[in-house]
Amino acid sequence: MSQATINKPIYLDYSATTPVDDRVISVMLGYLGRNASFGNPASRSHMYGWEAEAGVEQARADVAGLIGANPKEIIFTSGATESDNLAIKGAAHFYSKKGKHIVTCKTEHKAVLDSCRQLEREGYEVTYLDPESNGLIDLAKFEAALRDDTILVSIMHVNNEIGVIQDIAAIGEICRGRNIIFHVDAAQSAGKVDIDLERLKVDLMSFSAHKIYGPKGVGALYVRRKPRVRLEAQMHGGGHERGMRSGTLATHQIAGMGEAFRIAKEEMAAENARILGLRERLWEGLKDMEEVYINGDIDQRIAGNINISFNYVEGESLLMALKDLAISSGSACTSASLEPSYVLRALGRNDELAHSSIRFTIGRYTTEQDIDYTITHVRAAVDKLRELSPLWDMYKDGIDLDSIEWAAH
Amino acid sequence: MAVYLDHNATTPLHEAVFEGMRPWMSSSTGNPSSLHRFGRLQRDAIERAREQVAALVDVHPEQVIFTSGGTESNNLQIKGLVAATGAKRIALSAIEHMSLLEPAAHAAPDCAVDSIAANGAGYISTEALEQSLKPDTALVSIMAANNETGVIQDIVKLAACATQGGAWFHTDASQAAGKIEVSFRQWGVHAMTLSAHKFYGPQGAGALIVDRRLPLRAQLHGGSQEKGLRAGTENVPAIVGFGIAAELAQTELAQRSAHALALRSRLEARLARMPAVRIFAQQSHRLPNTVQFGVSGFDGETLLMQLDRAGFAVSSGSACTSGKSEPSHVLRAMGVADEFALAAVRVSFGRGNTGAEVDAFAQALSNIVDRMSNSAVMMAATI
Repeated sequence: MSQATINKPIYLDYSATTPVDDRVISVMLGYLGRNASFGNPASRSHMYGWEAEAGVEQARADVAGLIGANPKEIIFTSGATESDNLAIKGAAHFYSKKGKHIVTCKTEHKAVLDSCRQLEREGYEVTYLDPESNGLIDLAKFEAALRDDTILVSIMHVNNEIGVIQDIAAIGEICRGRNIIFHVDAAQSAGKVDIDLERLKVDLMSFSAHKIYGPKGVGALYVRRKPRVRLEAQMHGGGHERGMRSGTLATHQIAGMGEAFRIAKEEMAAENARILGLRERLWEGLKDMEEVYINGDIDQRIAGNINISFNYVEGESLLMALKDLAISSGSACTSASLEPSYVLRALGRNDELAHSSIRFTIGRYTTEQDIDYTITHVRAAVDKLRELSPLWDMYKDGIDLDSIEWAAH
Repeated sequence: MAVYLDHNATTPLHEAVFEGMRPWMSSSTGNPSSLHRFGRLQRDAIERAREQVAALVDVHPEQVIFTSGGTESNNLQIKGLVAATGAKRIALSAIEHMSLLEPAAHAAPDCAVDSIAANGAGYISTEALEQSLKPDTALVSIMAANNETGVIQDIVKLAACATQGGAWFHTDASQAAGKIEVSFRQWGVHAMTLSAHKFYGPQGAGALIVDRRLPLRAQLHGGSQEKGLRAGTENVPAIVGFGIAAELAQTELAQRSAHALALRSRLEARLARMPAVRIFAQQSHRLPNTVQFGVSGFDGETLLMQLDRAGFAVSSGSACTSGKSEPSHVLRAMGVADEFALAAVRVSFGRGNTGAEVDAFAQALSNIVDRMSNSAVMMAATI
């Protein structure tokens, strides 16, 4: 089917989703079709089921291997959204007798924020922390938000829009010291940042396969065994995944996730170095432009992300002008709305700067040529749009735009 | 490899489904929520699949909510409706799949759950339904065809009866779709569960088909996908596969069901000659591909192991409850004697099976039964 093959636009949206690695595909094919191990892994009475189950268990070991976990601590789900829902609602429900207060951050993914909102409807209380202007959480402010009835903290490892890395080691120490369950959404960090759950004091961690060159439709939740963390299941019927997540396991997808995690473990270090080089090349090519700003801390950040505001240029117009580039103005999950990114707003960016931001995310298949092409086209598009912009003219004339009182219509 | 006779547990991908999914697994990337071309192509693929699935069950594409599978659809139906309406009472047939019974059990104690009895033939009668219907029953859920016995319910009558009683009506059609005609509209239901991997589609894709008036609240939060009823990045290759499988389920239905029925009749003729064997719900209207029977005097696990060793992949009933040595809740609800229920074997045929395989299976079963009853006789003699 040729309509599914596109060569032209350059893909720089690796935080939205990634292409599936060919090696992952070949593992998945071993579970698809009549001549493959196509069985239902829950079937206990024949080889088809056992083979599928063996594939699932191999994947469980590979996922655990990347993050320093025991395979028994891995629960497969339909994706990171489900993992976040299960972690947050499952832990909050289970520990509701201990307290009903939850702490999270305004820059979390919607799956975390909306799960928290649901809990608020159920009578829980949620504190949404403001990050610092670099996107990072101030540990003192974090600690001050904790209360005696705080049962759960949910802080993402790496932000999907600005790529900043939170200090989950320190947050974990604080939580453990106070006996608070700590959940981390690691959808954007697995395979990009070292994760060692033997050392990190994290109790629950969400993962997605399609963000690290695995297939869509599968994710995992790490559930710590020592000290043991309990959850109330959110999906019932059959007791799969040790009762924490019922439903037939999609074997080929799980096997694909395992392979993606195995590859990540092997290649992460070299890949990160290469990707960081590409990001620096991109920024080198853009940073001498006037009025461009990086959003989020530049050092505490994954290699593949750079989020730039091009002041006096409207983000949506820039996206339209850059049709040859597959980029985004923020999260794919909120891209249908024309609201400025809530993440950038939480950083204290004004609406204009938030509106003029573009997220470039670089990955396994990005080349130097892609970056050079991007630099040329972004520069040209920004220049052209600014030429048409009265705001840009005023800025160039030295008018302080903040001092203008716009007439209401 | 063993002969696969467990198609109600899962089916191998249809070759055409595989071909159709393949490009979406590899050469195509993009998040369907992304606005760029990569994303839009993914979105288009989802919408095409939605049309294909809608056509299979005779609804408007907007009525299709994609999920990760039948279990999620059933959970969404039960919990989503209870959350949206504050229902105080629902009713489920006693022979439903665990993915309905367990979420219902979790709705208690805030919501009472009534069990609608099945009769010895495996049917849910309208009388039984009427008896279970209370003035405040908000939802009735009765499966279209049972996964173990294959018994097909008269959904038209049952749905009408429930609706008359003022309840919403849901049917789990996971086992029916692709095996018999399924029409949301003609059946007069308000919601229906489908699972792709039961009819040669991929694991990891399912749907809840809904009447637009049905009150539901999302159970997965964090994104506005599927009209806000199911958050999470869509599993595009699986959804594409689901769509193609749905289309094939329509075009190949007559051929598949004739093929399966021929195999089933052939097997049942052989089973009739084995005195220790009793076919469950034999006189009932059943799925053409399914036959479940018990062998008197046997332990189910041993029987399945022997059949596996002889090269036949079958199961006792549901894969989701396999590994348990109690009689299934379905057979118990039908009042099947433990003597037979404890040694239940479910054979479920698929499009790849042949008459020769049926003969070989029947022969193997007959050998096992003979051998084991001989050794039992010998054991009795030595004591």
